[in-house]
Amino acid sequence: MNIVKNLEGTKLVIALEGRLDTTTAPELENEVKQSVENVTELIFDFEKLEYISSAGLRVLLAAQKIMNKQGTMVVKNVDATIMEIFEVTGFSDILKIE
Amino acid sequence: MDGYNSHEMVIVAEKDNLHKVLKFVDEHLEKIDCPMKAQMQIDVAVEEIFVNIASYAYNPEVGKATIRVEVNEDPLTVYLTFIDDGVAYDPLKKADPDVTLSAEEREIGGLGIFMVKKSMDDIQYEYRDGQNILTLKKKL
Repeated sequence: MNIVKNLEGTKLVIALEGRLDTTTAPELENEVKQSVENVTELIFDFEKLEYISSAGLRVLLAAQKIMNKQGTMVVKNVDATIMEIFEVTGFSDILKIE
Repeated sequence: MDGYNSHEMVIVAEKDNLHKVLKFVDEHLEKIDCPMKAQMQIDVAVEEIFVNIASYAYNPEVGKATIRVEVNEDPLTVYLTFIDDGVAYDPLKKADPDVTLSAEEREIGGLGIFMVKKSMDDIQYEYRDGQNILTLKKKL
């Protein structure tokens, strides 16, 4: 998985490419923890994300909990298969998906 | 037997072997032109089950897992069987998470097996001769 970060002021865009799974989720978790300190607007771009498992969902939930305290979080460009996973797990109600 | 094939892999149940397991499963799914969506659902199921075995079955020791992929061609159905010699564990007994809770109330955990239950057509568990045997069925 590739993690591409783009920080503009207090707005951080994290674009993910590849597979967010048990082996790659810890990398994203570290990136989020290290990068969000002064961020008020966190955007995940899933355009090139091919796959997500529960390990990835856990990282998104943790990020959402952080951003609930300090700003907003949005997940963009979610494809139909990943959207179904969000719906089944109730994440479509927790996350703001655009 | 016509229209039926079975392939098996025995591998050390460690998270680092996840991609080897997925590669093995995907090779067989690609042979039958499995639709992308079903392939991702199967991959997620394989990941959740294999990582569970890797995390808990032999902890703190390390042991092996057998992964069997069986394809029935008419009607096109994939069966995935996971066998380990670890502690008896029936994942079907795990309570489903409450998916209506807010982010703050949500617990981490229990999501993996729940995703498997939701995406597969059937799941069978048995503990026999000291082995956990879990079989997932997915109609294509």
